[in-house]
Amino acid sequence: MTDQQVRARTTERLEQIRAEGRSALVGYLPVGFPDLPGSIDAARAMVDAGVDVVELGVPYSDPVMDGPLIQRAVEQALAGGVRVRDTLTAVEAVASTGVPVLVMTYWNPVVRYGVDAFARDLAAAGGAGLITPDLIPDEAGEWIEASQVHGLDRVFLVAPSSTPERLAMTARATRGFVYAASTMGVTGTRGSVGAHAEQLVADTRAAGAERVCVGLGVSNRAQAAEVAAYADGVIVGSALVRPLAEADSPAEGLTALAAVVKDLAAGVRGEAR
Amino acid sequence: MSGLPPREDPFGIDDALQDAQDVGPTRAAAGEGPYFGDFGGRFVPEALIEALDELSAEYDKAKADPDFHDELTRLHRTYTGRPSIITEVPRFAEHCGGVRVILKREDLNHTGSHKINNVLGQALLTRRLGKKRVIAETGAGQHGVATATAAALFDLECVVYMGEEDTRRQALNVARMRLLGAEVVPVTTGSRTLKDAINEALRDWVTNVDSTNYMFGTVGGPHPFPAMVRDFQRIIGVEAREQVLELTGRLPDVVAACVGGGSNAIGIFHAFLDDADVRLVGLEAGGDGVQTGRHAATITGGAPGVLHGARSFLLQDEDGQTIESHSISAGLDYPGVGPEHAWLSSIGRAEYRPITDSQAMEAFRLLSRTEGIIPAIESAHALAGAMQLGREAVEAGAPETVILVNLSGRGDKDVETAAEWFSLLDEGES
Repeated sequence: MTDQQVRARTTERLEQIRAEGRSALVGYLPVGFPDLPGSIDAARAMVDAGVDVVELGVPYSDPVMDGPLIQRAVEQALAGGVRVRDTLTAVEAVASTGVPVLVMTYWNPVVRYGVDAFARDLAAAGGAGLITPDLIPDEAGEWIEASQVHGLDRVFLVAPSSTPERLAMTARATRGFVYAASTMGVTGTRGSVGAHAEQLVADTRAAGAERVCVGLGVSNRAQAAEVAAYADGVIVGSALVRPLAEADSPAEGLTALAAVVKDLAAGVRGEAR
Repeated sequence: MSGLPPREDPFGIDDALQDAQDVGPTRAAAGEGPYFGDFGGRFVPEALIEALDELSAEYDKAKADPDFHDELTRLHRTYTGRPSIITEVPRFAEHCGGVRVILKREDLNHTGSHKINNVLGQALLTRRLGKKRVIAETGAGQHGVATATAAALFDLECVVYMGEEDTRRQALNVARMRLLGAEVVPVTTGSRTLKDAINEALRDWVTNVDSTNYMFGTVGGPHPFPAMVRDFQRIIGVEAREQVLELTGRLPDVVAACVGGGSNAIGIFHAFLDDADVRLVGLEAGGDGVQTGRHAATITGGAPGVLHGARSFLLQDEDGQTIESHSISAGLDYPGVGPEHAWLSSIGRAEYRPITDSQAMEAFRLLSRTEGIIPAIESAHALAGAMQLGREAVEAGAPETVILVNLSGRGDKDVETAAEWFSLLDEGES
């Protein structure tokens, strides 16, 4: 076993946070939105305001798991000329803050880059691992190998429709945490987090997962507090992209983003209001 | 894999991989899916896996159920108009070096193309699944119209996603679908064409999978679609093989078909796969020419990758972003292709070549003038291929060559495009 193979920063961080008696706040932003430096500034602002684990999205032309808000942001990032290798630049800049930085990516950009090459370069940039919304463990042989070699986390998703067999299989293939999709659907803010989320977390734990974070639809402090009561982490995306998308200037966007993060950070500490 | 250091499997990964193989899709023999050689699979969100498993299981049951086959056969006989005829086209064949050319007339099917073969099968499956709502993607509108037709026949709620660009280019088909009772949703994201319509349909499916069946239109997408849609289209080749034998006393030397996603081509190829002497040629949309970058010739000009749930060939840039395709034919204007085609190409069993917009339109005009048959522009790509292949055969000293062409659809929908291309209308008439 090499040192790289035992490196598991996301796991360590989540365990520390659990020891604090609270749930983690996992914040998503797409790289290159509003532009590359702007997205790095936003991710660092998110960390300053209380995000525990950062999820940086690789802009992709066909994001089937994303709702309209993130689709538009990613389209703007691509129109601005952002490249997959810019993701690694952003990872390096954000990882220097000390928080674990995961990359959320659809699978084809990684296939095109080369699975092992991407894993190698991500590890070199200080990245913690990958979240793969359209890669199920069944198809992930090459990625599982590469992540072992380069000491990276593998965050796979489970859904309310997942069978017990698939929950167990996914839990075993995962390293870091299992991403429980709270509801059947795509990213976006919702009035309420799916009623199935708590049950799914319980089922995923029963299937062997040690850490389970919940995403899709969480947008405010009350929802964050509700999810924090039963999950290891609360994953927020659209609600963090929105203030950047709606701001009149980058500076205003960062201020508004920080306010949303502080509110959510209070939520994961169990402060519902 | 070789070259990796031995390890103690501290995280139980070998077990996990074994589990994945036990639970997930298995690498079955070629032809059954989920894999066709290195291609195919299921590159989709976990949320869709149960629905895909359910669909696979129901389809396997249906395949083994004589009642299912009887009902589909009855529908094809009394509703689709099967078997479709073959037509030998000697005047057109003069432009193919003088070889024999025979058309399989899928253009004569109800709704005007081969798409009905697939949707009737999938509509029967939807009923077996107990689902009341279907969704579909469409580019030119042919699959959307066929789906809307089947939904009307089977009393299903129907939503068709169509790129906003395409709703403008094919406004009459939008009206047809609405007449048939379908809701047509213009898709305004991305390039606003077929690939974005598929993205939006997948998002709908993830959200409404309990109530909804996705009637996928081509031999692409995640397993079981490539194998299932192929099976529903396979009847084209099964009929044609027998009909050509009866007419000519032998098998054709060449089978030619246009390839966008590839459903009509796989449909006519499949019955000939084991006839080693029959050349299978897929004609891709070359647009302005593959060298210009403005084309939809995925196998000729693309590279392996993952799009819309399957590993296959696709048009992509060096970052793996999907590149917009270009073709005069909306039905071929798609940057991906079915995984079985990628496999047939990789093993050399089928060959793929591009046909430019100009070549297709010349064939479109010729068939109309010489035989009184106006083909779909999609199918005109196959006809242009027959012109090349026939001339090549004669040059190679084989004037007795027989070419079977899949005339996958009729050209009514394309008259406006043709009128513009050939300047058929005077000012004030259009």
